[in-house]
Amino acid sequence: MNPRTLYDKIWDEHLVATRTDGTSLLYIDRHLVHEVTSPQAFEGLREAKRALRRPQAILSVADHNVPTLDREKGIADETCRLQVEALERNVQAYGVPYLPLLDERQGIVHVVGPEQGFTLPGTTIVCGDSHTSTHGAFGALAFGIGTSEVEHVMATQTLPQRKSQNLRVRFEGALPPGLGAKDLALTLIGRIGTAGGTGSVIEFTGAAVRALSMEGRMTLCNMSIEAGARSGLIAPDETTFAYLKGRPLAPQEAVWEQALAHWHTLASDEGARFDAEVSIDVTGLAPQVTWGTSPQWVTDIGGRVPDPEAAASAEDRQAIQRALDYMGLKPGTRIADIPLEAVFIGSCTNGRIEDLREAAAVARGRKVASGIRALVVPGSGLVKRQAEAEGLDRIFLEAGFEWRQPGCSMCLGMNDDRLAEGVRCASTSNRNFEGRQGRGSRTHLVSPAMAAAAAVTGHFTDVRQLMEA
Amino acid sequence: MDPFTVHTGIAAPLLRANIDTDLIIPKQFLKTLVRSGLGRNLFHEIRYDNAGAERPDFVLNQAPYRQASILLAGPNFGCGSSREHAPWALKDFGIRAILAPGFADIFFNNCFANGLLPVVLPMEAIEALSEAADPLTVDLPAQQVRGGGLCYGFDIEAARKAVLLEGLDEIKRTEANLQDIAAYEARRQKEAPWLEIHRS
Repeated sequence: MNPRTLYDKIWDEHLVATRTDGTSLLYIDRHLVHEVTSPQAFEGLREAKRALRRPQAILSVADHNVPTLDREKGIADETCRLQVEALERNVQAYGVPYLPLLDERQGIVHVVGPEQGFTLPGTTIVCGDSHTSTHGAFGALAFGIGTSEVEHVMATQTLPQRKSQNLRVRFEGALPPGLGAKDLALTLIGRIGTAGGTGSVIEFTGAAVRALSMEGRMTLCNMSIEAGARSGLIAPDETTFAYLKGRPLAPQEAVWEQALAHWHTLASDEGARFDAEVSIDVTGLAPQVTWGTSPQWVTDIGGRVPDPEAAASAEDRQAIQRALDYMGLKPGTRIADIPLEAVFIGSCTNGRIEDLREAAAVARGRKVASGIRALVVPGSGLVKRQAEAEGLDRIFLEAGFEWRQPGCSMCLGMNDDRLAEGVRCASTSNRNFEGRQGRGSRTHLVSPAMAAAAAVTGHFTDVRQLMEA
Repeated sequence: MDPFTVHTGIAAPLLRANIDTDLIIPKQFLKTLVRSGLGRNLFHEIRYDNAGAERPDFVLNQAPYRQASILLAGPNFGCGSSREHAPWALKDFGIRAILAPGFADIFFNNCFANGLLPVVLPMEAIEALSEAADPLTVDLPAQQVRGGGLCYGFDIEAARKAVLLEGLDEIKRTEANLQDIAAYEARRQKEAPWLEIHRS
């Protein structure tokens, strides 16, 4: 057999049928469901009188619409409440496993899946959510789908698919102290653009990727979609297996050993063909900060806001000018001189325990600068509990951060956690699109450490300066 | 699903690059439980001001583009969130085809599930068609876009074309493979027992 990439292997293992029209029917092992993109899918099943094929292959949880304060009192916003109630009715009617709002395991679907051991190497995982790419950190083929496809998976446990291209991204060298997976992701997107990965599945390799924890790998794969890629993949290794062992839904005992033997085969073969390759030496990288309204508009903490006049084309000039107008930034401004009014630490990108540890290490013994509202939102109830056991909540609260209950929160502001018009925020989330965190809001994407550094200084600051102090 | 064959209509130019699905339909409208009614909220943040009044400078607030049924757009249209509310909103407004130099993968897929035709054309063609400002005809059987004396051919995968031309239901199509699916499940259960989920 020809040498195959990791993506090729997972694809081959899940091929149910190749149809006469050239499309492939791919088996889906795991399906994550949340309240926003599922109501119409359940309704579709109901209208067509179709059964849900494998309820046990689903993990469902409400995350986008949930309050992060006083949730014991219920959901005050009526439209949010109705959507969560619809999910609860649907999962009950179809016998789908569900983690209720007040269950300690509730949280962002992409934090909960791995935490529960639902996410396993070599599986296919889908969810009506673009950040499903997160689960690729375990060597799973995981991708976001639309609601019609959610219904398709519920009915048939398969999806008609076309094979993507193989793109290999190598991060060579060792990341400097103070930098993390978020800086890798933003560097890549700055390099290849938000459409650079369109039509591709990215496999991340190289020493800097091997050195990442599972949390870091999830951050990196999470942002694959911001590079336009269908999925991001990292071959599983001892770090992966150590993370998974003993998780509630992971295989146990003899079956675990059997799984492990298979998982060891999940790597790209020597000589496997990639359609494209990108190589980035990370040794000299500095912390990344976005300045525009697309994740590709990024520079490092030593950089400046670009001058549209220097753009390569008239289209670029117009686009950059529009972004600067929206962001309220002047060309040539030093990134470090941009003052902030809000800081958000959380999301499926950076709401895990390690992210909170990094931020807390910077916040420890310092105070949130005056005029800044800073929110810390753990990615799940279990992350929250772990952080509290380590005293991270005390560090944040004493520094003047708010400590919230888990959910998607201010990443997209479907609940009450939104920015007011014109407010500038250092955010550990994944998208700085116009209006993303609230109408007219201004988002700068950064790592958790950089977000904490911005919170305690009131402007963007190279976190390495605070580490040396 | 409504089939798509030949469509003639007014084409609105919105030539920005990287129009994301947050811009197409912002978060506050994702709380709906149905697929219909999102047309009035399409492009909400750039279409209306804070008081909810139309912004006169936005293309879909101008004659004749209020009646547009074709959208001309820049590269990487539909990037970002997987929300199918984006094609639902476009369709509910009356858009049937989107012409752009490139589309984000998930959005592209979502279009076909809703009888919307995404057509990939070079930016120069998009610009020329915008300047022509005539009604355009998008002819799927012939794989052509025509109007204002211009004519461009486009590529489309045969399977995608068939789905639109016949308005096929993808789930129904897959149900033809139910035996294959059952056989696959039986085999995998033996070969990969670790995939079984045991909940206590």
